[in-house]
Amino acid sequence: MDEFVNLKATELRLGLPGTDNVCEERERVSCNKRTLQGVTENETESSMMKTGTCPPRKAQIVGWPPVRSSRKNIIQTKKNESDSEGGRGVYVKVSMDGAPYLRKIDLSCYKGYKELLKALEIMFNFSVGEYFEREGYKGSDFVPTYEDKDGDWMLIGDVPWEMFVCTCKRLRIMRGSEAKGVGCGV
Amino acid sequence: MNYFPDEVIEHVFDFVTSHKDRNSISLVCKSWFKIERYSRQNVFIGNCYSISPERLLRRFPCFKSLTLKGKPHFADFNLVPHGWGGFVQPWIEALARSRVGLEELRLKRMVVTDEGLELLSRSFVNFKSLVLVSCEGFSTDGLASIASNCRHLRDLDLQENEIDDHRGQWLSCFPETYTSLVTLNFACLEGETNLVALERLVARSPNLRSLKLNRAVPLDALARLMACAPQIVDLGVGSYEDEQDSESCLKLQAAIRKYTSLRSLSGFLEAAPHCLSAFHPVCHNLTSLNLSYAAEIHGSHLIKLIEHCKKLQRLWILDSIGDKGLEVVASTCKELQELRVFPTDLHGGGNTAVTEDGLVAISAGCPKLHSILYFCQQMTNAALITVARNCPNFIRFRLCILEPHKPDHVTSQPLDEGFGAIVQACKNLKRLSVSGLLTDQVFLYIGMFATQLEMLSIAFAGDTDKGMLYVLNGCKKMRKLEIRDSPFGDAALLADVNKYETMRSLWMSSCEVTLGGCKRLARKAPWLNVEIINENDNNRMEENGYEGRQKVDKLYLYRTVVGTRVDAPPFVWIL
Repeated sequence: MDEFVNLKATELRLGLPGTDNVCEERERVSCNKRTLQGVTENETESSMMKTGTCPPRKAQIVGWPPVRSSRKNIIQTKKNESDSEGGRGVYVKVSMDGAPYLRKIDLSCYKGYKELLKALEIMFNFSVGEYFEREGYKGSDFVPTYEDKDGDWMLIGDVPWEMFVCTCKRLRIMRGSEAKGVGCGV
Repeated sequence: MNYFPDEVIEHVFDFVTSHKDRNSISLVCKSWFKIERYSRQNVFIGNCYSISPERLLRRFPCFKSLTLKGKPHFADFNLVPHGWGGFVQPWIEALARSRVGLEELRLKRMVVTDEGLELLSRSFVNFKSLVLVSCEGFSTDGLASIASNCRHLRDLDLQENEIDDHRGQWLSCFPETYTSLVTLNFACLEGETNLVALERLVARSPNLRSLKLNRAVPLDALARLMACAPQIVDLGVGSYEDEQDSESCLKLQAAIRKYTSLRSLSGFLEAAPHCLSAFHPVCHNLTSLNLSYAAEIHGSHLIKLIEHCKKLQRLWILDSIGDKGLEVVASTCKELQELRVFPTDLHGGGNTAVTEDGLVAISAGCPKLHSILYFCQQMTNAALITVARNCPNFIRFRLCILEPHKPDHVTSQPLDEGFGAIVQACKNLKRLSVSGLLTDQVFLYIGMFATQLEMLSIAFAGDTDKGMLYVLNGCKKMRKLEIRDSPFGDAALLADVNKYETMRSLWMSSCEVTLGGCKRLARKAPWLNVEIINENDNNRMEENGYEGRQKVDKLYLYRTVVGTRVDAPPFVWIL
């Protein structure tokens, strides 16, 4: 036990001597309480994802900082446009018909539809066919769709990428007969 | 006073407009209660569940204006799940059935439907003013009803609502004979706008004073609109994406020269960085500037604009202005009363756009400052103490340090002393939001000194129940207390149950209160609605004797005279 204490004292740290201890004490104390309540699964998802190389990010706390969604959307859009690395956290749920559980992806990790669809194909192990402006996706039973801000289910690929990232609330990969109505030109 | 006839007393009461004062008047005696009842024009209901429409109508049969607020404040930050409540429909239906000559309806954080708007538009012949703030549940079809049917409409003011935009023709629903528009704000609409209908509407509205456009109104349309409405006092620019010397830009610059009445400028939802320079000619008259949505405009352009705004009283801006920019504000805007600085980097650890230095500069340079909302990455006690000394006149002080639990970045101490200095110096402080690393000590200060405090927002702060108790015992005028992620539990919650009758509401989320504690509270105080909001299915609230240990995720309680509400969704449990 004593050895641990001594090790702590000799631990190398950045910062002024004598100040860090107090800070750390307090941090430890407050962290014991339910502080990061409602942390989304973002941290773990990032490391689990094999596709899309997102740099590690700080855990996001629900409803923090206290900024309205309309303001958050403005900032995230601008960041996506000016950032080349991405990884700024436009997380949406992805469901696939028939799959037992959903996944979450960070849309800002991708620069366009090609990358996104490739990532989805790998994640769910399916293939999406080819996109045609008029007929939609041909050559596959699967149709990638998304729910937009208005609550409507839209075909992925119709609108410019930036607009898609702003308005997309969640993704759903439809399959089979249900997909037929959404512009699947099979 | 009792020797005067009622009409005289009523005439005197007409000069009393504040609802607080009118409430006081009505308590003096039965006669005054009666006179006041029949003469009250504007009714304010801070919590739509505290009273019912029927009781409202019984007490005030003659009112013309109604203000209603629904969801708690933290709903703005997605802490209240969809479907929780705040439905305006029963209110509109009750008012429509009655004989109230409603002229104005102001709603905040309520759920509005197209059917409701349609009913509203058809039920009140003299309806003049609709103001919706942070509402949801309706579409442009509802707006079309208002436009079509409200012949005497003066104000249609939509602030930060979530509106389903059907890209319809709602603007063309205003009849050609309709010319009484004074305020039109549709900045929050996301879809395309019928520009032709908009231009014709503006051209036939000589009384138009306030026009706030959405992002779908491009520069050339803006130039044309401005050319036919030079009397506008309050302008919200939609989109401004053109090149600097384009024809539209030149037209705009020509139109701006006539804008001698302009006092308030906002918008720039889509903006090229250089666009602000066109507005320099009108800056010297501006009293209000809101560039908090203009994420593309760089700090340097903001600063150039602000250098011309010597009369500015209200400034909402993004932290891209930087400390240097705030120093320019401090040296230029000597009339500044309200400042809001919003973050551009939400996760902290990025660029330190504004720091404690900017806040200190503002406090030193702007003697009339009384309201501030400041998002920053770091703060020190020394800075806050200086701010308190410079600005003892704060009425609203909201500081949000982006990283929870962050201490004074120089001394690594909690920020108790800094906030303590603020509450001690600012004797008129009514609203306070605290952040950063804080112990129970700060709440001791708040309880001791913040005697006028009405609203307090706490996040990631405090150590024990004592913190919350200091506040509940000390702040006699507390009305709204909202707490998240802080270690306050049942002991604090239950210490003084009667306190909650003097408050509008209490919100506690991710704290230490248990189901057992909430149940005990509900038993002791039947005049409270104690709501447990529980979205997580796994966390089923069960009657299995473990209530004492079962933590409640979200608690929202409020006083009410009409008992348990009947419109609560399944995930809300009212004890």
